[in-house]
Amino acid sequence: MQERSPTVQTPVVTTERDLRLDLFRGIALWLIFLDHIPSNLVAWVTIRNYGFSDATEIFVFVSGYTAAFVYGKEMRERGFVVAGARILRRTWQIYVAHVFLFAIYLAEISYVATSFENPLYAEEMNVLDFLKQPDITIVQALLLKFKPANMDILPLYIVLLLLFPPILWLLQRRSTLALGASVLLYVLTWHFNWNLPSYPSGHWFFNPFAWQLLFVFGAWCALGGAQRLAAVLQSPITLAIAIAYLVFAFCITLTWYIPGSETYVPHRLEELIYPIDKVNLDVLRFAHFLALAVVTVRFVPREWPALKSPWAWPPIVCGQHSLEIFCLGVFLSFAAHFAMVEISAALWMQVLASVIGILIMVAAAWLITWYKKAEGRRPGSRPKTTPDADLAGGEA
Amino acid sequence: MRMPLALLLAGLLAAETALAQERQTCEIPRSFLFGSNDLKHVTEAVTKQHKLTIAVVRSRMSAEDMAHGMGKLLADEKPDLVIWQTGTLDAIRRIDPDDFRTALEQGVETLQKGGADVILMNMQYSPRTDIMVALGPYADNMRVVAQQHEIPLFDRLAIMRQWSDSGAFDLYAAGKDNVLAHRVHDCIGRGIAVMITDAAHLRDLRPGQ
Repeated sequence: MQERSPTVQTPVVTTERDLRLDLFRGIALWLIFLDHIPSNLVAWVTIRNYGFSDATEIFVFVSGYTAAFVYGKEMRERGFVVAGARILRRTWQIYVAHVFLFAIYLAEISYVATSFENPLYAEEMNVLDFLKQPDITIVQALLLKFKPANMDILPLYIVLLLLFPPILWLLQRRSTLALGASVLLYVLTWHFNWNLPSYPSGHWFFNPFAWQLLFVFGAWCALGGAQRLAAVLQSPITLAIAIAYLVFAFCITLTWYIPGSETYVPHRLEELIYPIDKVNLDVLRFAHFLALAVVTVRFVPREWPALKSPWAWPPIVCGQHSLEIFCLGVFLSFAAHFAMVEISAALWMQVLASVIGILIMVAAAWLITWYKKAEGRRPGSRPKTTPDADLAGGEA
Repeated sequence: MRMPLALLLAGLLAAETALAQERQTCEIPRSFLFGSNDLKHVTEAVTKQHKLTIAVVRSRMSAEDMAHGMGKLLADEKPDLVIWQTGTLDAIRRIDPDDFRTALEQGVETLQKGGADVILMNMQYSPRTDIMVALGPYADNMRVVAQQHEIPLFDRLAIMRQWSDSGAFDLYAAGKDNVLAHRVHDCIGRGIAVMITDAAHLRDLRPGQ
């Protein structure tokens, strides 16, 4: 196949890694961690309390962007097969990570099952029902059909990456067509209610057919789409619309938390906007993410000096090792919950658990960077000598 | 199945007095109970018939199965008010939140057409199992259905969380006896009584009116 025939659009891709992506993915990982600790007052700082979208949108978009950035380069240099194979290997790693988290979940839930009993919570204890049928549940978990609470993002990521090689191929040749196909799939999904089935009932909590839109949009931006949007992004009208929308979303969100204030939302408007569907990536959520992105891109330029400051380093280093830090975050949220149940659930413990958790995430990310440096690798780069890297634990 | 407790509450106002004495143990901020949605059938039942029938619907069933039983409930109990407590099992089974909302709407509409007022009651706050059950989407959908159908929502989740935070109850405690359960249910009952009194404007009534 001709790589760069005249009819093919050659995407304008900057070769240097955009630190803003790492920064925001790192922050998203922190916010996901904070949101995953139940009854955590510190989670009031997270963006889901101030608008329609939350850290999930940032994570999926940035993941799409970086996947296209890393594997797009690979596909141009070494062809479809090699890049595709590397994407699939990454998918396998994420699957293994998911199974690892499931093992931790099993440990936690088994502990609760044997140590906690109270007639007040007879109904809640049904959550332990699946322990009665481990043969079915564990197989369903391996098939990604049984997904405990807070463990839905990695299965989504797995499906998105699994389908990514052909999408990336098309994005590099007919980027508009690829993005159009993604939008079409999103629209059809809403129209026909497509989703993957779950066990024991229902569907995927993050519908991959809907959420792919954000992932593909991220990839499209990475492969030259962002430059094409530059004029729109820099227009003051876009900025004004984005800010107006963010304010609107903020006001609506406020009515969810201030009892009695929902009466100020006109009935017509309620009927129009509710429910704001997270499963299928509601248009309002997508728009909220876009508005946030517009404002962010405007006020945080690529060459922003603060990106190199020591203050920006902790989130950036976390964002550069997203899979490891995400998994660690899920584990830490379990640990924090455990500490709250066993020691104290007071505010000091919530703050302490949140702060220590983030410090551990930063320390782990720093350690992974150190390992890679010892192996002579940069973030996102492939190992210099393949056999040694495999022995040392593979790709990241 | 359902546990329809047909309660004849002649003296909601008396409950109010009792409430004043128990305030220290289970105070509910007024804002949690405040709403603009009226309970017209309750007002009518109390003022005209001097008799109020309340049915409480709770069960180990999904909202969808409960919604199917609402027609029968209306026929059997002829309630003026139905307190519908749901959400926990749906969240545990991870029923599609859309299906959950549709079931709620069906149930509420059946009850409203059948001439009954409805109060939705959401899940208990359960700190031990909190991390294993994502209640959020289900609680959100209950709030949306309550708003759209203009019915009161008894936000048990927020109220119990408030009690846990303020130290009124130790909801982390394990124990096989019923002491905690009784005390919590007692307080919830008082909270509901206040909500009904307010929403049906019974506070302004004088006995014998």
